[in-house]
Amino acid sequence: MAQATATLRVYRGDRETGQAIDYQVPLTPGMVVLDAIHSIEAHQSPDLAVRWNCKAAKCGSCSAEVNGRPRLMCKTRMDSLPLDQPITVFPMKAFPVIKDLVTDVSWNYEVNKKITPFRPRPNVEWKMDQADVDRVQEFRKCIECFLCQNVCHVLREHDMKKEFGGPRFFVRSAALEMHPLDGADRAALLKDQLGIGYCNITKCCTEVCPEEIHITDNAIIPLKERVVDQFYDPLTMIVRKIFGSQ
Amino acid sequence: MTPASRYETHEHDVLIIGAGGAGLRAAIEALEQGARVAVVCKSLLGKAHTVMAEGGMAAAMANVDKADNWRIHFRDTMNGGKRLNNWRMAQLHAQESPDRVRELEQWGALFDRTADGEILQRAFGGHTFKRLCHVGDRTGLEMIRTLQDRGVEMGFDVFMECTVTRLLKDGDRVAGAFAYWRNSGDFVVFKAKAVVIATGGIGKSWKITSNSWECTGDGMALAYDAGAELLDMEFVQFHPTGMVWPPGVTGVLVTEAVRGEGGILRNNNGDRFMEKYDPKRLELSTRDVVARAIYTEVKEGRGSPHGGAFLDISHKPAEYVKRKLPSMYHQFKELADVDITRGPMEVGPTCHYVMGGIRVDAETGQSSAPGLFAAGEVAAGLHGANRLGGNSLSDLLVFGRRAGLAAAHYAQKQSWPSMEDAQVDLAARRALAPFACGGGENPYAVHHDLQEVMQNLVGIFRTDEDLRRALVALDHLKQRAKRVSAQGSRVFNPGWHLCFDLDAMLTLSEACTRAALARKESRGAHSRIDFPKTEDGWGRKNQVIVKKGDAMDLFEVPRPPLPDELEQILAEDK
Ligand SMILES: Cc1cc2nc3c(=O)[nH]c(=O)nc-3n(C[C@H](O)[C@H](O)[C@H](O)COP(=O)(O)OP(=O)(O)OC[C@H]3O[C@@H](n4cnc5c(N)ncnc54)[C@H](O)[C@@H]3O)c2cc1C
Ligand code: SF4
Ligand code: SF4
Ligand code: FES
Repeated sequence: MAQATATLRVYRGDRETGQAIDYQVPLTPGMVVLDAIHSIEAHQSPDLAVRWNCKAAKCGSCSAEVNGRPRLMCKTRMDSLPLDQPITVFPMKAFPVIKDLVTDVSWNYEVNKKITPFRPRPNVEWKMDQADVDRVQEFRKCIECFLCQNVCHVLREHDMKKEFGGPRFFVRSAALEMHPLDGADRAALLKDQLGIGYCNITKCCTEVCPEEIHITDNAIIPLKERVVDQFYDPLTMIVRKIFGSQ
Repeated sequence: MTPASRYETHEHDVLIIGAGGAGLRAAIEALEQGARVAVVCKSLLGKAHTVMAEGGMAAAMANVDKADNWRIHFRDTMNGGKRLNNWRMAQLHAQESPDRVRELEQWGALFDRTADGEILQRAFGGHTFKRLCHVGDRTGLEMIRTLQDRGVEMGFDVFMECTVTRLLKDGDRVAGAFAYWRNSGDFVVFKAKAVVIATGGIGKSWKITSNSWECTGDGMALAYDAGAELLDMEFVQFHPTGMVWPPGVTGVLVTEAVRGEGGILRNNNGDRFMEKYDPKRLELSTRDVVARAIYTEVKEGRGSPHGGAFLDISHKPAEYVKRKLPSMYHQFKELADVDITRGPMEVGPTCHYVMGGIRVDAETGQSSAPGLFAAGEVAAGLHGANRLGGNSLSDLLVFGRRAGLAAAHYAQKQSWPSMEDAQVDLAARRALAPFACGGGENPYAVHHDLQEVMQNLVGIFRTDEDLRRALVALDHLKQRAKRVSAQGSRVFNPGWHLCFDLDAMLTLSEACTRAALARKESRGAHSRIDFPKTEDGWGRKNQVIVKKGDAMDLFEVPRPPLPDELEQILAEDK
């Protein structure tokens, strides 16, 4: 027979201190972790802080670590988890906690500002092939859940937020670089400001992306190749020596 | 002492409340005019309700169906709205939306393409031609990301996770807003020469809804409190196809694009029941008609196991379905264990959109309160009694831009406002009241009961008796809402936040109910069982609600007559 309740072990606390607290939650068919959190808010602890908007995996607000795995809470079914043990729900580790499950993700918005935006080539004709668009649409699916940022060891373990932009912003850069009508060059930006060289292609980011974007294979590796071509290709380097950069 | 010295204070030419499509487009235009612009929003930037829009935005670009033009789009919109629309808005919208779409593309948006490289357009209910520019079924995401990047590049000041609880005035003129930071609970005062409200809809007052938590009608309540008029509040759209199972996702939208791409509706006898309700347009009839059809089928015992209808797209190749409707494919697979490439979905009506809202001037978005502008779902007029799918996203762009433009021009002519401390003090006191109300009502319980009332008594089909019962119930809920209490600290406290949202939801629910009670006919999304006919007399007037003292005043205004050339366009309808 299906179990009637589950135990959620939820992080409660702020920047300074916190602890995990157990809550019993009645189960309903098809319930997701975010439903369980809402049930706690409505019936047990109205000040439990959580971010969410769409409850349909479209806005990327409800990121957290469920049983240690970075997930969207609104997309994680309770019946996909082992319900005989407490289910742990913790905030993303790579960002400072504000309260409970809510973290301070403002750093991401700062990184984003560094990226050269879309710059159409002069006098382009606004026509594009679906095949060329397909490639970029994969990256445009990003819902900015920042789960990839959260798992990338360069940010999570080494906290290199000054030197490194993180996978989300390689995805955005790739979308711009591969836009059929874009004319800007972001190689120097990727190398110097976003620190793409620190990425050692562990693919952890790709594994957690809820939009199933092939972050490493389709975005990061081609961008790394661009950077290498421009900065380390012997011919380009000689040209640059003679004519100066740009 | 001035408020500035007590609370964090910001001064801008134009203050924009809301960062959905309408707010962002308004901000971009105001920046374009050289204004200093602040954008305030309840969520993180890029996560407003607009992000969820799926099917597309309507614009007569004629990329697919060459015979399309603005006149036909205008006519479809007026017919969809049962001619109660503000004709000037419908005209401007039809004329300007193609440019607004092209502009998005020039700012980096990537729409699906036709074989010759143009923007692809798909069919949608009530549109004569294939008209919806789209990106698979995630058009809203594409729109919001494009506008967000553009605004950031142009340099607006964004105040995110910051909720406005009151508009501030200098005399009669709206001149700023009082808000709290969600993260800290600290208060903040915005002073501005012009204010644009773009806070979206009110769906969270109903139990079954496609709307996100933000859709609590704040902007309409703020404007109403500041003396602005509300229009057409009885018209709330129930989208025919929301998920009906499992319980946690009830109401989550199933995009009309499923039907646009060829999806078929059936009842539990396997009948394609739309043949009965609208033999000509079938599944692509307007939303009011399809929603009532499904509701009726279920009520008469021909529903699916979980009380809906079957919507089937599995006759199309699986690869096509996954490419054109990727998020629907995932949504059903992950949340409902249904593979839509193999079998039907179960769907039923869900509260989706409000046609009514702040009454605005068609050209400028100016409300009846000086200094206050509005655009997007929060404003009324364009959609009349029923909105056509895809007309909202284009609405956001066309009228977001117009409101931003007009607000920036208005600001140029104004001096800096001065505001009395008393207003700010009052706003702060009100905001903190729930903490002083120890052992009072649980705001979640009050919200739950409100949703039951609106769902059961002010739903798709309405009667005099139900609406009167709803008014009594709302009055009771208002009393309870005065005693809601918050516990814990002011730091990111959802229970406390809900206390504010409740106030707005109660005001708008009452406005909707009163207007619905007064409109003694059926038209578009407003269906009265006791007055099932559409009456010509009612077609010549709109209803306005305004605050009088502490009471709601409702009156009728004549619908402005159409100029001859537009009457002509409507008359050409076969
Ligand atoms: C699931 C779904 C799919 C849809 N698909 C389509 C479609 O395909 N085509 C179409 O045309 N339409 C569609 N719609 C309708 C359309 O998406 C909405 O009508 C539209 O996005 C509303 O945009 P907006 O800019 O008016 O407001 P919103 O996008 O709702 O934004 C409101 C903003 O106001 C802010 N705000 C609210 N209150 C406050 C406050 N008190 N203080 C500060 N900020 C505040 C919010 O934080 C938010 O930033 C869909 C709707 C839904 C629910
Ligand atoms: S592949 Fe690169 S960006 Fe992705 S997680 Fe590994 S190091 Fe980080
Ligand atoms: S790339 Fe994927 S994981 Fe990273 S922010 Fe975007 S959607 Fe989330
Ligand atoms: S709430 Fe939007 S992604 Fe989970």
